[in-house]
Amino acid sequence: MEVINYGRSLNNALGDAMANDSRVVVMGEDIGAAGGPFGVTRGLLDKFGSDRVIDTPISEAAIVGAATGAALSGLKPVVEIMFMDFSTLAMDAIVNQAAKAHFMFGGQRSVPMVVRTPHGGGLNAGPQHSQCLEAWFAHIPGLKVVCPSSAANAYGLLRAAIDDPNPVIFVEHKGLYAKKAEVENSRNKQVIGKAAIAREGTDATVVSYGAAVNSAVEAAGLLAENGIEVEIVDLQSIQPWDRDAVLDSVKKTNRLVIAHEAVEAFGVGAEVAATIADIGFDHLDGPIVRVGAAYMPVPFAATLESGYSPNAGDIESAVRRTME
Amino acid sequence: MAAAESLEERGDLIALYKDMLRIRLAEERLAELFADGGVPGFIHLSIGQEAVAVGVISALRPDDTIASNHRGHGHALAKGLDLTEFYLELMGKDEGLCRGRGGSMHVADLSKGMLGANGIVGAGMSIAVGSALAHKSLGNDQIAVVFFGDGALAEGLLHESINLAKILGLPVLFVCENNGWSEFSATSEQISFDLESLATGYGLKYLCVEGSDVCKVADAASRQVADARSYSVPTLLECKTLRVRGHFEGDAQKYRSMDGKEVEEHDPLRVATRALLADGMSEEDLAETRCLVGAEIDIAVEDARKGSTPNFDAALADVYAHQAGV
Repeated sequence: MEVINYGRSLNNALGDAMANDSRVVVMGEDIGAAGGPFGVTRGLLDKFGSDRVIDTPISEAAIVGAATGAALSGLKPVVEIMFMDFSTLAMDAIVNQAAKAHFMFGGQRSVPMVVRTPHGGGLNAGPQHSQCLEAWFAHIPGLKVVCPSSAANAYGLLRAAIDDPNPVIFVEHKGLYAKKAEVENSRNKQVIGKAAIAREGTDATVVSYGAAVNSAVEAAGLLAENGIEVEIVDLQSIQPWDRDAVLDSVKKTNRLVIAHEAVEAFGVGAEVAATIADIGFDHLDGPIVRVGAAYMPVPFAATLESGYSPNAGDIESAVRRTME
Repeated sequence: MAAAESLEERGDLIALYKDMLRIRLAEERLAELFADGGVPGFIHLSIGQEAVAVGVISALRPDDTIASNHRGHGHALAKGLDLTEFYLELMGKDEGLCRGRGGSMHVADLSKGMLGANGIVGAGMSIAVGSALAHKSLGNDQIAVVFFGDGALAEGLLHESINLAKILGLPVLFVCENNGWSEFSATSEQISFDLESLATGYGLKYLCVEGSDVCKVADAASRQVADARSYSVPTLLECKTLRVRGHFEGDAQKYRSMDGKEVEEHDPLRVATRALLADGMSEEDLAETRCLVGAEIDIAVEDARKGSTPNFDAALADVYAHQAGV
């Protein structure tokens, strides 16, 4: 067993991918000498040089557009967008160019590009530095969306994203970078599209991803004190998402809650709920309940932000509601 | 038209003329097919601008890459895309370059270094910058070229892309096809700067040419290409050109008056024809060339008509690539 934090896992994944394949380059703002605003690219410049660790101006649209052109011309770029909120500036490159190139050009070539970007609140960073926008990208055919929940899957998922021939939006959580986990092998690769069972249980299924998995685990602890055993499915990958794993769990528990930090309305939870209501209808003994953020911009003040973000208590209540 | 010495190294004017003529006749045929319903969707013709595509691409190597725009038929054909496959794509056939999924605004042939026409104004700029980054990183001496209209000068991405290429030292040739029109509006009413000042501001070597003269375009382009390739720097070429047709086919251009004199003077085909006649080529030879190229178009269109309807399930299966590189 090894104790490692989330940021270091990601750093190892980048370093190993670059050592393994000279076509992998990283690009973004302040990722070179500065090592990235959250330290994820620390040390890479010294190891791989400025031709492969490319510090860019503050030009999100051009960075991602250039990464798309580079991917079409033989490189495997890994872009860092400093905050997920800034991905709005790169939307044309992501949505109209990278996502569509393989399909639109008749399968001539793919766009093996990863856009790493942190989402999530908890730092009082306010409305433009805290959003969880993953549902937008999951809605675009041609993109994959991956979201690791801990140091245990961060390495493996990032390696899988870099190996993937398609553009992958790799969503990290700002609140997790320093969080440590005990892992058996910190350099195991994972597969995109497979969920993990974060906790086994028999009475209700909670589907989650990213940092919200921690809240689900906390809620499960509270419920276990009352004899309710929750099974937690960590999606790990949002697009594609592992319907089989969710359905298998629902077949066992007959109850479903979906919890994420993103705004509840029109979110990932809605997609999971609608799908399971369809293909899993006969296995459900209660309403499917969603837990997500309030329908408001992420507020700044700590008291407001804590009201906005879903927590373990919200997940606990949702589980109780589906079991009524 | 000045027949420049360096031109001889790239083939003579007749070859450039033929390439322009192929584009012209191909687009005139497209206009007919569009009117008859044989080509669906939107098409944007580059009639009047052929000398830019042909002149610039004559200065490139086959392994150089280009990013085009919505008015991209000329760039595609000048880059050597197969005429039949081109028509197949524009007709929405399965055998088309993009299997009928892209059409006129997305026609591409990556194997020929043509990274796609583009439906988003200015989007090709950062794609070309990235392509040049790949060339440099992979240790090749290829360059990337982006063709954009003067309307794209208003896009923020232009500024981000030029700055990024300059800062990273990337071999990109930025080619502005300045036809004076930003879709349905006069660019003079939309842009507050001129390209030379912009180039000066960003520290780019800048040349401006009369874009109706294919020899002048070819010579200026080869100078800018040589600099980009030798010194791994971005360069800028402005070509003053003439958009004869509307923004898209079917645009009646009520916002614009154009006299025949302007076309007579600036149509690159007429300019080249005058030069060829002055060089001693006969009317008969020119007529024969037109005949030969016309026959080439006829065959391509007839072959393309025989293409098959794309299969929906095959398209659905191609949203994602399933193996690296494809």
